[in-house]
Amino acid sequence: MSATRTQEVDGEAGYNFAYLDEQTKRMIRRCILKAVAVPGYQVPFGGREMPLPYGWGTGGMQVTASIIGKDDTLKVIDQGADDTTNAVNIRRFFARVAEVPTTEATAEASIVQTRHRVPEDPMTEGQIIVYQVPQPEPLRYLEPRETECRKMHAYKEYGLMQVSLYEDIARFGEIVTSYSYPVMVNDRYLMSPTPIPKFDNPKMDDFPALQLFGAGREKRIYAIPPYTKVKSLDFDDHPFAIQQWEEDCALCGAEETFLDEVILDDQGGKMYVCSDSHYCTKRRAEGHTGTLSESAAKAYAAAVGAAPEPANPGPAKPEPAKEEA
Amino acid sequence: MDTTSPLLRVRNLTHAFGPVLACADVSFELYPGEVLGVVGESGSGKTTLLNCISARLAPTNGIVEYDLRTKGLTDIYALSEPERRLLLRTDWGVVTQNPRDGLRMDVSAGGNVGERLMAVGARHYATIRGEAEDWLQKVELDLGRIDDKPKHFSGGMQQRLQIARNLVTKPRLVFMDEPTGGLDVSVQARLLDLLRGLVRELRLSAIIVTHDLAVARLLADRLIVMKDGKVVETGLTDQVLDDPHHAYTQLLVSSVLQV
Repeated sequence: MSATRTQEVDGEAGYNFAYLDEQTKRMIRRCILKAVAVPGYQVPFGGREMPLPYGWGTGGMQVTASIIGKDDTLKVIDQGADDTTNAVNIRRFFARVAEVPTTEATAEASIVQTRHRVPEDPMTEGQIIVYQVPQPEPLRYLEPRETECRKMHAYKEYGLMQVSLYEDIARFGEIVTSYSYPVMVNDRYLMSPTPIPKFDNPKMDDFPALQLFGAGREKRIYAIPPYTKVKSLDFDDHPFAIQQWEEDCALCGAEETFLDEVILDDQGGKMYVCSDSHYCTKRRAEGHTGTLSESAAKAYAAAVGAAPEPANPGPAKPEPAKEEA
Repeated sequence: MDTTSPLLRVRNLTHAFGPVLACADVSFELYPGEVLGVVGESGSGKTTLLNCISARLAPTNGIVEYDLRTKGLTDIYALSEPERRLLLRTDWGVVTQNPRDGLRMDVSAGGNVGERLMAVGARHYATIRGEAEDWLQKVELDLGRIDDKPKHFSGGMQQRLQIARNLVTKPRLVFMDEPTGGLDVSVQARLLDLLRGLVRELRLSAIIVTHDLAVARLLADRLIVMKDGKVVETGLTDQVLDDPHHAYTQLLVSSVLQV
């Protein structure tokens, strides 16, 4: 990180290093420092226009642009995958405007920008994970008034969030909220963990890496410093629980990962695969195999293209429809 | 309960919206277990008075003191905002004229009743559910509707749900603004009967704002008559209604249609 006014990028005349100008980066860094000092508190910031639409990760990109340096290594994932449109484009963007090396390996990255997942591979001290946030306010759908939401945060009045979990149990007999599952950070602030599946919520607790959250449209930044207590809300008689699957990963046989359901045909045929594409590839390289038959595996490989390069992805692999982000 | 010291004391309360004086120099005391009616025509400052004394609108002038369980008589506007908000959802209840202001229309009836419990820290689903069922029964709502949303309820049911939602934390003081407004007479009668029963049974104190003298006569022990923001007459309900002294009260009483 440099404090000079401008840093030209080789071959990209007119662009400053990491796209944003130095003043903007300083402003965002100040907000990040405040966010780290008050874990879970939403810090407003002067969000800038980025060269892609709101909802595609502009908040996460601004945070990444503010903290990235020439010696960083970037990994970008979208729903766990390194090879989907959002991930490929953001990775290529930073490869061009910040000239940083990129990687798919979680362990090799110093910054991981993510949309809707925490990587399966453990992260360590010194790494930073940047979440793209569509809606930073967990109370938004319960209390439409922004002034009232702020008061509720200020006075720690979080009974209303519990009401939404009550409604789940009253209607379905259990808490069915499966993503954006609300958490308490450091026993003080109620926080939206972004639309990560609740499967990933326990990973956030006591996490060794710094977690930063950027919401571009809503212009908010919040953070969880390393080794901070993050507790998912629940009831005493309906404790928090993560998702379970009836099968293991069909490709690598992993039993304890977050799985995507892939529909194979119109007859109800389906398989489950790891949502974290790098983790799955790594396991298969280590010799782990799933239950997928040889012929189906070949058909799958043909459909997704053989080992796509990050900068040149093949046709997108079959994937469940995404919610807006 | 000590009935010699007031639960709520209002002294020289004045509120002005810019040049418009909504209520001027109002003083009264409310004792535990007492139901006070505030009557007067539309625009006489009744609702402004109620908002001021229920900590939802800071008055321009004057003092509102409430007998806190821990501190005794305390100026509520000297409390910090979180303390006031806590008071509003624990020891007090507010039943609004329009149920849309007092209920969460997209949350089930059970959730509406349970919200206050969860706001004060209840985290056991079965207990919260049990309390909600208990209160729905007390206000004579069908238990089969516990998971329905209030937006699908009739006006009378919404008002009864509002009452249950407010009484679940066992408040000592309830503010009601036209609780029977917009309901037909038979539904009104049942609601009034319910309110009268609950007030006696729970030894509630209440301040009821109404323009309906029948409601005032049925529920209130004592009346305050307001006109143009000023209190023109006070006294026991029967006394005020049967022997009105002030010209405006006489007009008010004689305006009631005798059937």
